[in-house]
Amino acid sequence: MENFTPFLSLAGGLVLGISATLLFAGGRIAGISGIIGGLVPPSDPEKKWRLLFLLGLIGGAALYPIIGGDISYISLNPYGFADQLHFAALIVGGLLVGIGTQVGGGCTSGHGVCGIGRLSVRSIAATLTFMAVAGIVVFIIRTVVGG
Amino acid sequence: MFNIIATISGVLFGMGLAISGMLSPGKVIGFLDITGNWDPSLAFVMGGAVLVTVVSFKLLLKRPIPFFGDKFHLPSKKDIDARLLVGAGLFGAGWGIGGLCPGPAVSSLAYADPKIAVFVVSMVTGIIIAKRFFSNR
Repeated sequence: MENFTPFLSLAGGLVLGISATLLFAGGRIAGISGIIGGLVPPSDPEKKWRLLFLLGLIGGAALYPIIGGDISYISLNPYGFADQLHFAALIVGGLLVGIGTQVGGGCTSGHGVCGIGRLSVRSIAATLTFMAVAGIVVFIIRTVVGG
Repeated sequence: MFNIIATISGVLFGMGLAISGMLSPGKVIGFLDITGNWDPSLAFVMGGAVLVTVVSFKLLLKRPIPFFGDKFHLPSKKDIDARLLVGAGLFGAGWGIGGLCPGPAVSSLAYADPKIAVFVVSMVTGIIIAKRFFSNR
């Protein structure tokens, strides 16, 4: 467990909760897949706040190292895939995330943070499902790659 | 007014993800890999976030309308159906393969790595496909 960052992770989580609270004070759920989904045809008439939120998301991440935060921990290829395989994994992973979040009506933020926050039974079931499936997929890849 | 709120909320969200460590697929996979060198950080991120939302959402929902909007936009479905579980399963599989979910993927565009761009383009393609062919409306 040498990579465990309890304090930073808890602090980051609290900030995520505050962000979701702010958006919900405007009546909207901070579900990233839903916010993107509303921009894709047939799109939601309210596009502006969605775009601003997503730009803010990128801006917030950009700001963090500028104010002294450490992002050197980021590792994009944890399985150590060869280049072409990693490329394929990003494409397949991206497609599954895109399709799955729209069919299942949410992702880690919408179901995980906001849905569980309102104690929604659907969101709790969805979160348990995607966590379990992801865990099994990681186990299979780890077993095959042998990492 | 809500546009300003949404922008601030987005900035906080991106910052929160960066602080929490969740911009790293390595940390996400480290959490999901319970039989390996387990990294419980993700549980602390979710725990911290839910700790706030579980209280704040309850308080906000006591109001007939939100502070900065005309109504609370909440999902209408209440029961667990096959779509929910199949969708969550597909999402989970993609999350396990790439180590990226939508929030961290979009936020990480900030660091201009082409790998993230590949993932985001593919994810948006998936969203377009799903909305076009698997829409439930």
